[in-house]
Amino acid sequence: MTIVKTTYNRRSFLQTTVLAGGGMMLGFSWLASCNPTPEEVLNMPKEWFNINGFLKIGENGVVTIMSPNPEIGQNVKTSMPMIIAEELDVDWKNVVVEQAPLNTDIFTRQLAGGSQSIRQGWQSLRMAGATARHMLREAAAQQWQVPVAEITTAAGMLYHKKSGKSIGYGEVASAAAKIPVPEEVQLKDAKDFKIIGTSRKNVDGKKIVTGQPLFGLDYKVEGMLIAMIAHPPAFGMKLKSVDDSAAKAMPGIKDVFTVNVYNEGYEKQWSDTTAFDELVVVVGNTTWEVMNAKKALRIEWERTSAAENTEGYMAKMAALTAKPATQLRKDGNPEAAFKSAAKVIERTYTAPFLPHNTMEPMNFFAHVTADKAELVGPIQTPEFMEKTVAARLGLPLEKIDIQMTRQGGGFGRRLYGHFVVEAAVISQKMNAPIKLVYTREDDMTQGIYRPAYHVTYRAALDADNKLIGFHIRGGGIQDSPVHADRFPAGAIDNYLAEDWTLDSNISTGAWRAPGSNFIAGAEQSFLDEVAEAMGKDPIEFRLELFDRAKKNPVGKNNDYEAARYAGVLELVREKSGWGKNDPAGVHRGVSAYYCHNSYVAQVIDMVLENGKPVIQKVHCAVDCGIVVNPDAAINLVEGGIVDGIGHALYSTLTFKDGAAEQSNFDKYRLIRHSEAPKAIEVHFVNNGIDPTGLGEPLNPPIIGALANAMYKATGKRVYDQPFLAGGQVLG
Amino acid sequence: MATFNLNINGKKQQVEVDPATPILWVLRDHLNLVGTKYGCGIAQCGSCTILVGDIAMRSCMLPVSQIGNQAVTTIEGLSEDGDHPVQKAWLEHDVPQCGYCQAGQIMNAVALLKANPKPSDEEIDGAMNGNICRCGTYVRIKAAIKAAV
Ligand code: FES
Ligand code: FES
Repeated sequence: MTIVKTTYNRRSFLQTTVLAGGGMMLGFSWLASCNPTPEEVLNMPKEWFNINGFLKIGENGVVTIMSPNPEIGQNVKTSMPMIIAEELDVDWKNVVVEQAPLNTDIFTRQLAGGSQSIRQGWQSLRMAGATARHMLREAAAQQWQVPVAEITTAAGMLYHKKSGKSIGYGEVASAAAKIPVPEEVQLKDAKDFKIIGTSRKNVDGKKIVTGQPLFGLDYKVEGMLIAMIAHPPAFGMKLKSVDDSAAKAMPGIKDVFTVNVYNEGYEKQWSDTTAFDELVVVVGNTTWEVMNAKKALRIEWERTSAAENTEGYMAKMAALTAKPATQLRKDGNPEAAFKSAAKVIERTYTAPFLPHNTMEPMNFFAHVTADKAELVGPIQTPEFMEKTVAARLGLPLEKIDIQMTRQGGGFGRRLYGHFVVEAAVISQKMNAPIKLVYTREDDMTQGIYRPAYHVTYRAALDADNKLIGFHIRGGGIQDSPVHADRFPAGAIDNYLAEDWTLDSNISTGAWRAPGSNFIAGAEQSFLDEVAEAMGKDPIEFRLELFDRAKKNPVGKNNDYEAARYAGVLELVREKSGWGKNDPAGVHRGVSAYYCHNSYVAQVIDMVLENGKPVIQKVHCAVDCGIVVNPDAAINLVEGGIVDGIGHALYSTLTFKDGAAEQSNFDKYRLIRHSEAPKAIEVHFVNNGIDPTGLGEPLNPPIIGALANAMYKATGKRVYDQPFLAGGQVLG
Repeated sequence: MATFNLNINGKKQQVEVDPATPILWVLRDHLNLVGTKYGCGIAQCGSCTILVGDIAMRSCMLPVSQIGNQAVTTIEGLSEDGDHPVQKAWLEHDVPQCGYCQAGQIMNAVALLKANPKPSDEEIDGAMNGNICRCGTYVRIKAAIKAAV
């Protein structure tokens, strides 16, 4: 039995009021509760205590949940309200989920939905639902003059068994709103869940399949103009001069001018990343007219820093990995272990820059007037960007209002909101509402890319073929993918982890499962090779390491629970029939990884058809705690797997003279229908642990399983992503 | 600028635009039908797929001047209430993640099923290969197409 407190330091997470037309409204803080992690709550921004989620119970019994969370594709807009409805004990049929209305100041803050949302919201959403239910029970008890303990609920009804009385939530909702908020409430036992753990359809499904305006690019207001930008054609360049005479004379064009994204001397926050400060802007009536005028600009650019080439930075990265780097962790005596080794296995892995390529390109609406700025669009960091916009426009923070729309994919790209600032500055200059639209080319060549990475693994085996030492050294462009405390740290006596980073004028940032999206594949391929050299089954080998880490861990701060790690691996072994029912003629690769709070193990079944890898099936085991909405969770798992396979096999962004060589989908490859696995089978570990996210942990490990299956299919190991760079034939 | 009389989702619509304007932007900017999406502008991603007659076309490279009096169907015109069999199958399989590519996927699937009511897996792959989904919903799309009747 879990009891949670509804207040923290005498500040309540909840407020109630009687609805104007009758009924009850409970306001709550979407992501804040004081259980189980008060430190986290203490560190939360002050606003998070404020009310930003609402639960309305109308007199007709309809429950409306108003979510401040925009949808980015991770199903939070459905699964998070399910958690509230569960504790409230209502019928999901009678629940309506609404996105926070635009242009209102009822909501103090909207929060971007990410894969951490479920983890952070779990307790607060349950508390909101449980509190409302408790108050409804109190109201019924008062009305019937019976002890509240005798009141039970089911599917939006209150019952008093002894007297046989019953009443709907709606009928006592107004009275319940006047009951004082209890200081603590009891949450349901997991075994009593009726909604959590059952599959519920996406609440926006119908709007999506009927083409309703949901996305930033769909947003428009009367009198809105369209703006586009021209940015330097390569990194390390800036504007020299612009001849806009032809563009300005074109039909529908209102103005052409240059803007600076940030003020001189402005100190950028992390979310302000962009490589280009001065941009040429074209504003006009319609998208097509502005697109054409943009092509008619005659712009001269000049170089400000070195032009980078793919070969150049690959060589620089290799040089850095070849020499000692920053030591992150050392257990035992790795130098001695490698010196005494009978055999050393050393392998190097690389991965290229990747653009995010959300299917909806960057865009934002802005309407800036003398005293306020109204901004609408897809952004994951509104609270950060409001500060930046306020500083840029010289307006007080409270005059900046950023509203979020549904987002046509995020994958980390919409954490970096330079385009929000650009839209605001353009609107200010035009003194009109504008929508800034990036073309695909703008989006792909002005990216905040997944960094290129480079890592070398070494394993020391003694004369008995025992693993006695392990060494990882690697880095990337402005970011290191090395997580020193992750597995296999803790499982090997002599261990050394080092990293470096390399500066560049190419902008890089978070990309679905940052760092892990590369290192998981490298590590899991390497372990496969080590297992083979030791003559061990790859699953058995990993399980032995987990066993060691569980019983007698090496070092401290090991950043994983060995038992849960082993759990997913054992589950995928059983479900795939690994080593027992291996399908004939099929090549299998296995992988397991832990990141972003969830454990994942995968087996790929591959065949070669005409020299092309065909993935017949992926078996996947996931431990993400309680699964709130299983079918939606499976959808996310499938998506992560398809996405991971696609990027590892096909995707690369290369640079020549500082410019991206791929600027649209004619040259840049994303995975396609025919290349997706034919089947994906998903199994969840059922352990009753609080839920964690699924948006990020799926794509990292699949790269390892893929590489290991490719080795089985072809006899050749693959080390450099993308594995099928030139569309080559295998086998 | 020229005047075009279009037949969009069974309705007559008159627009005055540059004849080279792709029908995508006529729909989105002039007729306020924003269900058809922009993804690449060069006929490489499928987000902008519409039906011209019964044929799936990439609206981002299709000049309005080439439409003539052919019937154009967009995602908004597929059904009154989201109950076209393909839309229903999409809901039943809960296909969308971010949802951005799905209008194009659905329109292409509708055209495929009109031409071939019982497509094999290979035929589905062949017909749908030009529709990219960054969220990776391909497995579900295939299941939904097979279930749509
Ligand atoms: S927008 Fe037309 S195919 Fe991509
Ligand atoms: S559902 Fe997001 S791109 Fe397809």
